[in-house]
Amino acid sequence: MLKFITPLILFIAMVIFLAMGLSLNPRDIPSPLINKPAPEFSLPILATPEKVLSKADMAEKVWLLNVWASWCSSCRAEHPVFNELVKMNIVPIIGLNYKDEPWAAQKWLNQLGNPYQVSIMDREGRTGIDYGVYAVPETFVIDKKGLIRYKHTGVVKWNDVQQTLLPMIKQLNAEI
Amino acid sequence: MKSLPILILLVLSFQCVAGVEYKKFDDPEKEQAYRVLIEELRCLVCQNQTIADSNADLAKDLRRQVYEMLEKGQSQDEIVDFMIARYGDFVMYNPQFKAKTGVLWIAPFVFLLSGFILVWIISRRKKTENNMEAKEQQKQKRAKIKSLLDQGEQ
Repeated sequence: MLKFITPLILFIAMVIFLAMGLSLNPRDIPSPLINKPAPEFSLPILATPEKVLSKADMAEKVWLLNVWASWCSSCRAEHPVFNELVKMNIVPIIGLNYKDEPWAAQKWLNQLGNPYQVSIMDREGRTGIDYGVYAVPETFVIDKKGLIRYKHTGVVKWNDVQQTLLPMIKQLNAEI
Repeated sequence: MKSLPILILLVLSFQCVAGVEYKKFDDPEKEQAYRVLIEELRCLVCQNQTIADSNADLAKDLRRQVYEMLEKGQSQDEIVDFMIARYGDFVMYNPQFKAKTGVLWIAPFVFLLSGFILVWIISRRKKTENNMEAKEQQKQKRAKIKSLLDQGEQ
């Protein structure tokens, strides 16, 4: 009896492992930055390049950092979601305009709407490296103490807003 | 007209070289460190390439980062730590040994060991089975001899 059951169990175990491997998304690389202080930055603002925004300006607030670029087609896909989210008026969204041309970025915002409190320009992608950005769009949730609490890689869908972002923002706003 | 194919080949060959840009080092030791590092860092956009092989934008930026840090006199370990702090252990083709990556390093040896144990168990079982069979045969032979002898005595 054991002679038949052992290979069967081994086979089932193998199937489970392979199925797990198949269902994992290799693009979802866990960020080592979760629950760590958001990296410092001080970058010129897209609309008013003579002014800069730094991390300190966002202290004591729960906010979203959305990495986007006009050359990024997935960003176009998620843009309406942020336009919708900003209407709810519960969280400021800062855009990190990643490796983009200012004129192209400005044109993009004029065409598709601007959900961002401000967009800051990371033309050389250095702040991107500090935040471990590897696939635009990426979205970070940063808490009142300036810690990164969540990272979403890829397109944010309305479903993600309702199921993950909104509850998270609510919870983080309740923290002192 | 003859020069057209040559021209086309020339243009194509330029594109091949354009993948990885040349970085100038004054110190050959730093250049060596640069080569080692870019061969070990994974390009996270095209995940099965190192940043030395990839001409993705991110790979280019990471090569620039490595170059600048080396030129500033930072050590290889410092650069590796810098990358892991931002991109996680996955960024290294040769991940450091720690609690999180332990399974990755140890598992192959565990499998090898369990393979040896399995072989040992099977071979031992075979041996005892053979022994049993031999004993059984001997017994039968003895019984036969005995019965033949018994017959002869009559």
